[in-house]
Amino acid sequence: MSFDPAITLFSCHYTSQQSCAEEGKELEQLGFPSSINLVRVPCTGKLQVTTLLKAFEDGADGVYVVGCPEDGCHNVKGSSRAAKRVAAVRAALEELGVEGERVQMYHLPRGLHPEFVAKAKEMDARIRDLGPSPFSN
Amino acid sequence: MIVAERKPLAEIVEMVQDCKKVLVLACRGCVTVCSAGGEREAEILSSLLRLGMKKAGKSIEVSTASLVRQCDREYIDEIDQWDGQYDAIVSTACGVGVNFISNLRKDTMVYPALNTSFFGGSAEQGEWTEQCAGCGDCVLHLTGGLCPVARCAKSLMNGPCGGSVDGRCEIDRDVECIWQSIHDRLGSFDRAAQMEVIAPIRDWSTAGHGGPRKIVRDDLTV
Repeated sequence: MSFDPAITLFSCHYTSQQSCAEEGKELEQLGFPSSINLVRVPCTGKLQVTTLLKAFEDGADGVYVVGCPEDGCHNVKGSSRAAKRVAAVRAALEELGVEGERVQMYHLPRGLHPEFVAKAKEMDARIRDLGPSPFSN
Repeated sequence: MIVAERKPLAEIVEMVQDCKKVLVLACRGCVTVCSAGGEREAEILSSLLRLGMKKAGKSIEVSTASLVRQCDREYIDEIDQWDGQYDAIVSTACGVGVNFISNLRKDTMVYPALNTSFFGGSAEQGEWTEQCAGCGDCVLHLTGGLCPVARCAKSLMNGPCGGSVDGRCEIDRDVECIWQSIHDRLGSFDRAAQMEVIAPIRDWSTAGHGGPRKIVRDDLTV
């Protein structure tokens, strides 16, 4: 059964710069899925476990974080901290009997690059495959 | 500090199955320091309870609050501000806190969110290790400040046992043989001869083997 997922992306300021290009039109032109709600944060290291969980509470079928490469974070360890929190949320989802793949962490280079859109498409496909969130009853 | 860790979520969700409104009550004492039951962990648990109940097709209202400690009457009294507002309190304090609420508030249902583990410390961020067993008869002055009761797998008073190899314990190579460490530490203070002194058979009545323990300080009672 196909459905239109709601996916929340938390991306650091540096890895999502292209979202600002041409008033956000460039991402759209590159095929960035419309299912994804992009939330830019100064650093993914500031994201708390509760922030990610709240996205699920607010109705997201999937949540993912895009931060700097682990060995090249603008704030040194920000994206590594984010990865740990994503892992904690994944473990909690699995404890609740929910697919851990609904939450993901990606480390991507900064600036305009095709991987940002490729990972968005990957996440969109994954969540479409998993179906609606079990929390959306 | 008292070190604890969150219970499995399924266990906590099961506790509140029949509740419509619960208060997740954090403790700003030891469990905040060991990142198990402070305000941040209580917020996380609240969110997870809402999600867990939602997945089960049930609705629940979950609020979060915290007390300075849950092991003193003066702070437990603050619970009265929520009288009648919740079906239950889910306490993220250690077992002492849950007991104290149960002792002092007969009409309040309280559930434990944590498994209380041990008295320990954190030498590395994110890691806690047991250091003290609260046995009530401290021998640290004889053992170089290292506790054989808590840190020897057999709680030997005259160690090491025959299973110590290369300073590691026979139960697990990742566990140090505390008696080897006691020997080495006493030696560094030129007190290795202390190892030759035979410790007498220990009286464990102070360790809780004589029932729940109690301390009364006449200089402090009113």
